[in-house]
Amino acid sequence: MSSTEIGMPVVPPKGYPQEVKDRLDQDADAVIARYPVSRSALLPLLHLVQSEEGYVSGDGIKYCADKLDLTTAEVSGVATFYSMYKRRQVGDYHVGVCTNTLCAVLGGDEIFAALKQHLGVENDQRTEVSAQGRSLTLEHIECNAACDFAPVMMVNWEFFDNMTPEKAKQLVDDLLAGREVPASRGPAVCSFKDTERILAGFEDRRADAVTAGGSAGPESVVGLKIAQQRGEYA
Amino acid sequence: MTLKLAPVLSRAWDEQDSYTIEGYQRRDGYKAVRKALTEMTPDEVIGEVKESGLRGRGGGGFPTGVKWSFIPQGDGKPHYFVVNADESEPGTCKDIPTMLANPHELIEGIVIGAYAIRSGHAFIYVRGEVTHVVRRLLAAVREAYAAGFLGKDILGSGFDLELVVHVGAGAYICGEETALLDSLEGRRGQPRNRPPFPAVEGLYASPTVVNNVESVASVPSIIRNGKDWFRGFGSEKSPGFGFFSVSGHVGRPGQYEAGLGVTMNELLELAGGIRHGHRLKFWTPGGSSTPLFTDEHLDVPLDFENVAAAGSILGTRALQVFDETTCVVRAALRWTEFYAHESCGKCTPCREGTYWLVQAYKRLEAGQGDEAELEKLLDICDNINGRAFCALGDGAVAPITSSIKYFRDEYIEHFRQGGCPFDPSRTTVWAPALTGAF
Repeated sequence: MSSTEIGMPVVPPKGYPQEVKDRLDQDADAVIARYPVSRSALLPLLHLVQSEEGYVSGDGIKYCADKLDLTTAEVSGVATFYSMYKRRQVGDYHVGVCTNTLCAVLGGDEIFAALKQHLGVENDQRTEVSAQGRSLTLEHIECNAACDFAPVMMVNWEFFDNMTPEKAKQLVDDLLAGREVPASRGPAVCSFKDTERILAGFEDRRADAVTAGGSAGPESVVGLKIAQQRGEYA
Repeated sequence: MTLKLAPVLSRAWDEQDSYTIEGYQRRDGYKAVRKALTEMTPDEVIGEVKESGLRGRGGGGFPTGVKWSFIPQGDGKPHYFVVNADESEPGTCKDIPTMLANPHELIEGIVIGAYAIRSGHAFIYVRGEVTHVVRRLLAAVREAYAAGFLGKDILGSGFDLELVVHVGAGAYICGEETALLDSLEGRRGQPRNRPPFPAVEGLYASPTVVNNVESVASVPSIIRNGKDWFRGFGSEKSPGFGFFSVSGHVGRPGQYEAGLGVTMNELLELAGGIRHGHRLKFWTPGGSSTPLFTDEHLDVPLDFENVAAAGSILGTRALQVFDETTCVVRAALRWTEFYAHESCGKCTPCREGTYWLVQAYKRLEAGQGDEAELEKLLDICDNINGRAFCALGDGAVAPITSSIKYFRDEYIEHFRQGGCPFDPSRTTVWAPALTGAF
């Protein structure tokens, strides 16, 4: 699970340059103001610094610690507990393949194997930057609460339902080529950094993002449709 | 008897704008909150929910109204209302579509619940790995504030409520309510000792209710239609309706909202049966943490008491269905790896036990060793079950002990053959049917 890299002792981070801090402060102060106790803002703040750099760096940890009057050790202890906070630079797209039992059995294992081979990377590794300037990080993920759409993939935590190895390869090719890729239930995928700002609790800047993808996917309404056909309602 | 469906939370999911405040209000939305805040006292709301018999839909099954009644009143402390939207139990996939398609019914339930327990601050703790759900929740909360259903002096009742959407960061354990509270306080998500229970010392050591999304979203319909209407569904001890989430090797996987107490046979009929040319092998009644069922259990009424009597747990009604092409050892190993990955590390039986389970299982799947390996596996399970700090440990051993109980011969076949006797390529959705039908 852990990926300890042995090297020179790390120099304590100096922190973000002032102009980055000034920009982040606007969002960070809004996050902190949501909570009766400021420490509750730590998880969203870690998402916020991840939106700045594409991972949680030493500078990011120092920023959170300074904002919340915590030690960097306290912030690191939290950041390393949660799997969405990345210790290394994530590409423009985080590509997850569900390999929990149900998705794995229905094809997730084959999809993950096909993508590793197609992209030439292993789990939790980033691809080279493509000619169009894009890269992605491939990871196998746990159950993402869409089992009726299995096998499921997530790109920047947007749903890609009912996947196959062929669809998966096309998907990553499109991402690396810089083409617009709409999620199965959601808008076109934005960058990992932009996604992380949404996860810090800020609305998507794109006006039509909320409406994209319809109310529900086809699998979500199978029961409702049968009930309607049979005239059953509560 | 043919199953009768009861689409309540899902009643408008086929409409283009079901997730907007306009779409929701067209479907009786925010009528219940008006009734609760202007015609009922908080205690009357608690009484109505208590008498409806609504039991927690997040797996525990604890009566929701009773939970609310545990909040001490007049204690001078702030009270908090927290929604557990950390849906992560393998197989469970009902809260995510609910929040995508019907976030306002959840918000209305939050306002009613917070009013009942006299809370001025509520939180939706939503798992982080669902960007579009976060979008829909943020937009719905904004709409609800603008319409006066959140904020100061809601509907002129004098009741104030702030609601915050709080996004998690990838940790299954945060679905455990005390771990969720630690996480919401900005800490590692590790479970707390109980007592004190959250109703006494929860968020910021203040009285706190933690309820599942589906439980909270069921409240507006109870207030709108009354407790007797709700009791018209389900059984005496398991009243009401709920989602049955059917996934896996079936013709039509998806969400089926129905009264509690339906059977797998009835659900399979609606779901198009097991995929063509195959037969049922095993299934989970309520997610991977609930002991497996087989074709012996197709007529067990899926309610709290009958599933328990048959040796499993109703859980979240996450019905993952596997046909005869699936190796039960492969399935259980993968779940075991999940629990090892998600163990928070706080207590030794779970942290060490799940790690060693994976090691033993991998040997076993590779056909190494002999039957003594099975006993070792069961021995480790015995040292986790009931000895871990929270329910994650019990959940981790459920698929193992139940699969050995029903499929012991299949485990032994791995030793005999020196490997897995199954072809994994036959389990996929694109595998060609191997019968003569095609």
